Amino acid sequence: MLEITTFHYLVVAAALFVLGVIGVLTRRNVVVVLMSIELILNAVNLNLVAFSRMWGGLHGQVFAIFVVVDAAAEAAVGLGILIAFFRNKETINVDEIDLLKW
Amino acid sequence: MTPVATPFFFYLLSGLAVLGGVLVITRRNAVHSALALILTLLAVAGLYLMLYAPFVAGVQIIVYAGGIMVVNIERTVKERQFNRIWPVGLAASGALLVLFVSVLVKGKALFPERGLPLPEADNTQKIGEMLYGNYMFAFEIASLLLLVAILGAVIMTKKKI
Repeated sequence: MLEITTFHYLVVAAALFVLGVIGVLTRRNVVVVLMSIELILNAVNLNLVAFSRMWGGLHGQVFAIFVVVDAAAEAAVGLGILIAFFRNKETINVDEIDLLKW
Repeated sequence: MTPVATPFFFYLLSGLAVLGGVLVITRRNAVHSALALILTLLAVAGLYLMLYAPFVAGVQIIVYAGGIMVVNIERTVKERQFNRIWPVGLAASGALLVLFVSVLVKGKALFPERGLPLPEADNTQKIGEMLYGNYMFAFEIASLLLLVAILGAVIMTKKKI
């Protein structure tokens, strides 16, 4: 069988990234939008680890861990914003969040 | 030491990851999306293992699939109750019990005494040394970021600000 190279991992990561971007742009539910953002972060993480394997160092893996920390912070703050917003407006649809638009 | 059937597992795991991603953005129900995202996260953790990054794979499973996704599912089912699916739950926990008991009874035969020598067994040690050496400043910044995120979440979810 064929050998699996770094290129194969890059293709998978690109597919995940595109799926995440489609989710962010098309879905109306804020929760699904946040989950799509996590899909994008995972694609970037896969790229980082694949390149780290390719160059033989560990810097990519350490950076992937920092990205996971960012994702955790984003999930916590996203939950807070979502609950505060739901309490005020009774909706979690993105296109109804238009308080800044007159 | 060559890995066994690498292309097969690569295509299986990447197919599962992409399938989960498609399900995340196509399901109407947000809970279904969250469960599909867990499938994707676990498949990507398997890909990390194939890239000889066991520590990142463990972080992915524990932090992502265990922590962040619990937060996600909690915020999607906040107003909704689960249906009565206790037969399914009973069957699943019964299967888990059978698995645990069988491993407990003949575990000695299943797992050899000494583990196989891994090509990069000191991965976690190296990452720890880098986190506390090269990346000390970034590590402290990350902890500060987490602290601010916790404070922000607590303050924003309070009833009266």
